[in-house]
Amino acid sequence: MSKITEAAIKEICASCGNDRDRLMDVVNAVQAKAGCVSDESIEAIAKQLSCHRVEVESVVSFYAFLSKEQKGSVVIRLCNDVVDKMNGVDAVAKAFEDELGIKFGQTTDDGKITLEYAPCIGMCDQAPAALINNEVMTYLSTDKVKEIVKNLKACNDPAKLKHRLGDGNNASEMVHSVVHNGIRKKGPVIFADYDKEAGLKNALAMSPVEVINEIKTARLRGRGGAGFPTGMKWEFTRAAEGKKKYIICNADEGEPGTFKDRAILTERADLMFEGMTVGGYAIGADSGIVYLRAEYAYLTKLLEKILQDRRNANLLGKNVLGKKGFDFDIRVQMGAGAYICGEETALISSCEGLRGDPKNRPPFPAQKGYLGHPTSVNNVETLCCVGRILEMGAAWFAETGSKGSPSTKLLSISGDCQMPGVYEFPFGVKVSELLKEIGAENAQAVLVGGPSGQIIGKADYERTICYDDLATGGAVVVFGPERNMLEIAAEYMEFFIEESCGYCTPCRVGNVLLKNGLDKILAGKGEPGDLAMLEELGNTVKTTSRCGLGQTSANPVLSTLKNFRSTYESLVKESKDGMQPMFDISAALNDAETIADRKSVIFKN
Amino acid sequence: MAKPKVATTSLAGCFGCHMSLLDIDDRILKLVELVDFDKSPIDDIKEFTGQCAIGLVEGGCANEENVRVLQDFRKHCDILISVGDCATMGGLPALRNTITLEECLNEAYLDGPTVYNPDGVIPNDKEIPLCLDRVYPCNEVVKIDYNLPGCPPSADTLWEALVALLTDKPVSLPYELIKYD
Repeated sequence: MSKITEAAIKEICASCGNDRDRLMDVVNAVQAKAGCVSDESIEAIAKQLSCHRVEVESVVSFYAFLSKEQKGSVVIRLCNDVVDKMNGVDAVAKAFEDELGIKFGQTTDDGKITLEYAPCIGMCDQAPAALINNEVMTYLSTDKVKEIVKNLKACNDPAKLKHRLGDGNNASEMVHSVVHNGIRKKGPVIFADYDKEAGLKNALAMSPVEVINEIKTARLRGRGGAGFPTGMKWEFTRAAEGKKKYIICNADEGEPGTFKDRAILTERADLMFEGMTVGGYAIGADSGIVYLRAEYAYLTKLLEKILQDRRNANLLGKNVLGKKGFDFDIRVQMGAGAYICGEETALISSCEGLRGDPKNRPPFPAQKGYLGHPTSVNNVETLCCVGRILEMGAAWFAETGSKGSPSTKLLSISGDCQMPGVYEFPFGVKVSELLKEIGAENAQAVLVGGPSGQIIGKADYERTICYDDLATGGAVVVFGPERNMLEIAAEYMEFFIEESCGYCTPCRVGNVLLKNGLDKILAGKGEPGDLAMLEELGNTVKTTSRCGLGQTSANPVLSTLKNFRSTYESLVKESKDGMQPMFDISAALNDAETIADRKSVIFKN
Repeated sequence: MAKPKVATTSLAGCFGCHMSLLDIDDRILKLVELVDFDKSPIDDIKEFTGQCAIGLVEGGCANEENVRVLQDFRKHCDILISVGDCATMGGLPALRNTITLEECLNEAYLDGPTVYNPDGVIPNDKEIPLCLDRVYPCNEVVKIDYNLPGCPPSADTLWEALVALLTDKPVSLPYELIKYD
């Protein structure tokens, strides 16, 4: 065993109670300590947790932040999301390669620094950005890269890289990060001043059923994007049979362009925990789990401290706030870099120490969730809303917003606009109003809801952001007039190809075929028939995939086909000879010509 | 009016689809009333004598000769049909697609456990067509009008499809003919 002894692994496993369900924590700890989870480590972990070796290996191979191969003690993960590309990440990437003398995917010869790409790390408003181990570096430039690499070579400690700290809690001892909150517009619900713990106190003065009724009266719907009524979800979970129940907070915002939970977790974690506690009380749970994406590991110290403070103040623990019989505590579960884990059943799999594979539904998590117990999975923002509803009342909550979508929605806005950041808008805001406010009136296109949402053009700017029209989990990405929307769609397809868990064929294969189709058109080799083919294929992927990823992954193609039809049409032309323009005979013969050391006689170049 | 012409070929296939065509048994007499065969192993005509109504292609493209023949079929056939799974999707030959060509040749001629090749020579006469880097299904090389699935498609499937096309009726294959599990 290279960098970690069997004794050390034993110790790590013991600290997790030798509990196989806590496998994520174990492998994360081993990875952090040894820079890899080697075959020997996998063997040792399996022995210690009394499970099969393949169970450990399947987890290690699934998550992007875990690896069997030795990584450097410092891992640089440069975000190559579309927004970062729009902000010049390619030059930054080249600077990293030049300065380190390695390519992406490689480790320096001294074994100290590994260079990798990562999909959206939730910093689109301060792109280009990178994770260096758990530290976030924002607004990267080639000069900054030179300095970072110089410092890393000198001290090999990412924690010493920081310069000017961010605002709010980012500057606190616990976070100590250069990240900016970027809160540009405070609304009445999430970022307004509020009466701490009033919501929880009010809730505990009611019966759990009354609490659920209050949430139903407020018509609160899930803020993650799907918009399921929270009260109903809680009612189902409460009614489900089972002695033990769980509430899970989904803090795995991985949808490219989404970073609103980052701001909540930094500035309103208390409110989120309060909402979770209310939820726990309402559904009859005594445990809560916050599933935090690995990219936000820099926030763990802060979250752990707030949890400890809450325990000290009896806001968590036995008989919360003196309420007899209501015991509730929360733990933070770290992810390990997998977009799919934002899908609630995949998230539950991950919490259980499994690959982040989605589960079949039914049974729904409300019936059989975490470890088979009834579980309610709620979004970070939803839980904050819960706290405010219980504090201010359902009527107050419904005062703002539109008819079908009460209250406000946090939007994380980035791309070609003057003022990227987090905005709290009332539901029902028109896209045109929003664009005016963020300084992007000349936008060619707007991505609402991330790549799994829709890319809309000017014709749709009078539409509104709400559950009944343009639903969104919070991502809004703006594209200026000079962007090629087909290239953007192709980029997003690349993302889905990478993040598909591979379980079902329509998603695993279909997304690749969609990307190939786009590439063909972008290469100027497309034909009018290809558009119909893309549409049909996209709809097949949408209707036959198993989980939300595949059911929405065709959207970049389908929505651009609909809203940017003329761009597609200008690129395709009818071919007359019946040959496939993408077939390249000289490329196909290249290997054979080299091996045989002769040129083709049939196809003379 | 002259009878419409049909051409057939087997590329990277096993001739199983052609065997299946022969399985139409005595209906072959009716077929001959309906069509003339042009380039085809059935009558051993090597090159096209003119434009054909229908081309039936068995097998995908594994080498340059396959590509040449397929492109020739596209030029000479009004309707081109991929017959069987190899033509449609690459089939068994495409199992080599995840392995490099060099490895494939080495395994076949040098390293395989049953290879007897004391001179250690990989055949390389200039008459031997060069292999492609992988096996391509027909629709990646030329446009294909219809795919007939099956390994092989049954004689009834081939018959129904051919007769429908030749009598200008829509090709509708009952479920039993395209069900394989």
